[in-house]
Amino acid sequence: MTDTVIAVTLLWIFVMIYAVAASIDFGAGFWSMVYLNHEKTRATNIANRYLSPSWEVTNVFIVLIVVALVTFFPGAIYTLGSVLMIPVSLVLLLLLIRSAFLVFSHLIDEYHKMLSIVSGITGFLIPALLILVLPITQGGFIKVVKDVPMLDFMGLLTSPHAFSYIGLAVTSTLFLSSLLLSDYSHVSGATQAFKIYRRDAILIGPVTLLMAILTLQTMRLENGWLYDKIFDNLPWLVASAVFFFLCYIFLLLPQRAKIGLSLPRLSVICALIQYLLASYAYGAAHLPYIVYPDITIESGFTDHATFHALFVSYIVGFAILIPGFIYFWRMFMKDENYLRQRPKQKT
Amino acid sequence: MDEILLARSTFGTTMAFHIIFASLGVGLPLMILLAEVLYLRTKDSDYRLMAKRWIKGQAILLGVAIPSGTIAGVQLSLLWPGFMEVVGKVISLPFQIEIFAFFLEALFMSIYVYAADRLTPWMRLLSVFLVLVGATASAVLITNVHAFEGTPAGFDIVNGQIVNVDPWAAFFNPSFVVTALHVTVSAYMTGAFVIATVAAYKMLKTRKDTKEFHFHQKALLMGLIVGGTFSLLTALNGHESAQYLHRYQPEKLAAAEGLFETQPYAPLAIGGYTDPVTKEVKYAIEIPWALSFLAANRFDEVVVGLNDFPQEYWPPLFIHVLFNGMVGIGSLLIFVGFIGFAWKKLLKRESYPRWVMWIFVASGPLSILGIEFGWVFACTGRQPWVIYRMMTTAEAATKAEGLGFFFAIFLAIYILLGIVTVLVFKYYFRRHPLRLQDGSQEAAK
Repeated sequence: MTDTVIAVTLLWIFVMIYAVAASIDFGAGFWSMVYLNHEKTRATNIANRYLSPSWEVTNVFIVLIVVALVTFFPGAIYTLGSVLMIPVSLVLLLLLIRSAFLVFSHLIDEYHKMLSIVSGITGFLIPALLILVLPITQGGFIKVVKDVPMLDFMGLLTSPHAFSYIGLAVTSTLFLSSLLLSDYSHVSGATQAFKIYRRDAILIGPVTLLMAILTLQTMRLENGWLYDKIFDNLPWLVASAVFFFLCYIFLLLPQRAKIGLSLPRLSVICALIQYLLASYAYGAAHLPYIVYPDITIESGFTDHATFHALFVSYIVGFAILIPGFIYFWRMFMKDENYLRQRPKQKT
Repeated sequence: MDEILLARSTFGTTMAFHIIFASLGVGLPLMILLAEVLYLRTKDSDYRLMAKRWIKGQAILLGVAIPSGTIAGVQLSLLWPGFMEVVGKVISLPFQIEIFAFFLEALFMSIYVYAADRLTPWMRLLSVFLVLVGATASAVLITNVHAFEGTPAGFDIVNGQIVNVDPWAAFFNPSFVVTALHVTVSAYMTGAFVIATVAAYKMLKTRKDTKEFHFHQKALLMGLIVGGTFSLLTALNGHESAQYLHRYQPEKLAAAEGLFETQPYAPLAIGGYTDPVTKEVKYAIEIPWALSFLAANRFDEVVVGLNDFPQEYWPPLFIHVLFNGMVGIGSLLIFVGFIGFAWKKLLKRESYPRWVMWIFVASGPLSILGIEFGWVFACTGRQPWVIYRMMTTAEAATKAEGLGFFFAIFLAIYILLGIVTVLVFKYYFRRHPLRLQDGSQEAAK
């Protein structure tokens, strides 16, 4: 592998981790708003309990992605910074408000309702805006005026392709988060919440598949180059679809069964593999372009000396951090007392 | 306003807002760690309670610090794409490593806040220590990039191309250590004085000889001793920073001091403002020979004046006022810390007079003001360069238009969030008043 491929692979891994973690994070916010008035089911509680400790760590990944992009592909920053100015600034504003409320509501009980509404609304607006990075970097919405790349915002807002992406992002967010929350409430022993989240996942699953097909269709019309290249990776797409159906079957089976792991856990794992495969097909087709057609991973690449120093720092950094992640995971995702809230039961 | 000024204003507003939360985010963990250590050593449960209450404050501040820091990071790329291209090729290591520091802080902050009751005392101590390490490392690493802007190293620009890149030479640029130390110790100072502010204010509002009063008194003394110590360190290190300016950015020192003529035995101008027309500092107290001594520890040192530089490369002259504000506040705070300590430990007095208490109340806000002055001084004093003598701010700025709209929105949001943060503080600590008798109840909350 060349340096550029290593760099873009690392970047892809970070984007994937963030996309999944953030989908769950934002979706959990949305569900906590939807089930605000279902006092008995604890669905909102479950969503909020997942959110409290995890959003900070999820949030770090945004910075990680931006830093990885800047440090690996500084040549792309000029164009990306200019054309993503509007959508990314809006995302930042929404994130600022959302994060502040997440913390405040943890400290002040009366803020819980407001939090659920703020994090619910931002929970689907942020993914909708973030996904616009994809159609923008596929080209077609960038005008170059006097050597300055500019976003054709009106073109973007009237493009069916952009809207099918928004649909895909929002439904995927809701699908992944309801799946994970069903698993989370299953582990927590919250039967009512589990039933609700499982039902939501069953309802939304097929919609995500439809949105994915729709997106491919609009891509064929608006960005033919990418459509053709994606079908060079057809096996990956087929495998992705297979994992979707596996996930869905595990979801539909009577939930008492157990195949090694619990069924909700298996569904989550299959869904993650599904998105991983699909995004690999997408990413591989998009190469070598970062922004079509002007910027490639080669033309935007950093200095090789810098890349080698960065690479070493990644290895050292993650070697130090991974024990911390494991400790964190055991503290909040596995500790039965925390999950079931044994020490104190808030009403 | 032109677009470059708008870009600077937008980024400047973000930083002015973020730096308050960031400095406290570095300073408070030190106080929390010290309180935890004192608790383990003295078994005085007041200290444990302090740590518990301060961490709540820290959590509220982090709720704003993390997203505003995220914004600062992303805005760098949005507003200064030209600069970030150099950063990406040359000085990306600190940004990269900072991520790990940030992760460390976020992980252990979550653990310390949300799982404190499930941790052993040593694990708790370790968690808050790692929060401190993460926060301090973040500050040091971000300052590294700032130092690089003032004293760039490790690359050349030949025909517009960046060549001869040595990322570690850029990382260990000449002013890195001295600048990073300045930011770190001044953040520790600020955290401590903010604690002193709150404690002194509470003491003024509490009856003497109550448990609450003694609780706040312990916190006050801790804040004053730690704050005083670090303000002294800040000043010593500040002296060294000035000498670095003399060596590496002479026009910045000249503008800071309003010095136009190059001369040995240069005088130090305290106060006043620089008049660009008459080329002198008006209404200032001049101390003969002092600037030369400040610049190089000798009176016959030749200090370069602004006249030796083309006027287009002059920093804005108002930085003289900012520089004086920063130094003045810093000196005052050393004194404040010393009175607090001397009154109690040397004179063995039981309590402070009321007017002294009000000075203590002012110490926290003053520290923050000092930091704002210092930071605006450091960045506007580098103008017109974003990377000293390598790249101008105008070259680095985005060419996107319509920044005015975002400037207005971000400004409004920061003001709103500032107000909400204050309300949350008031509300939370009113809802959870200090109850020393049933401290364990407080813990369960």
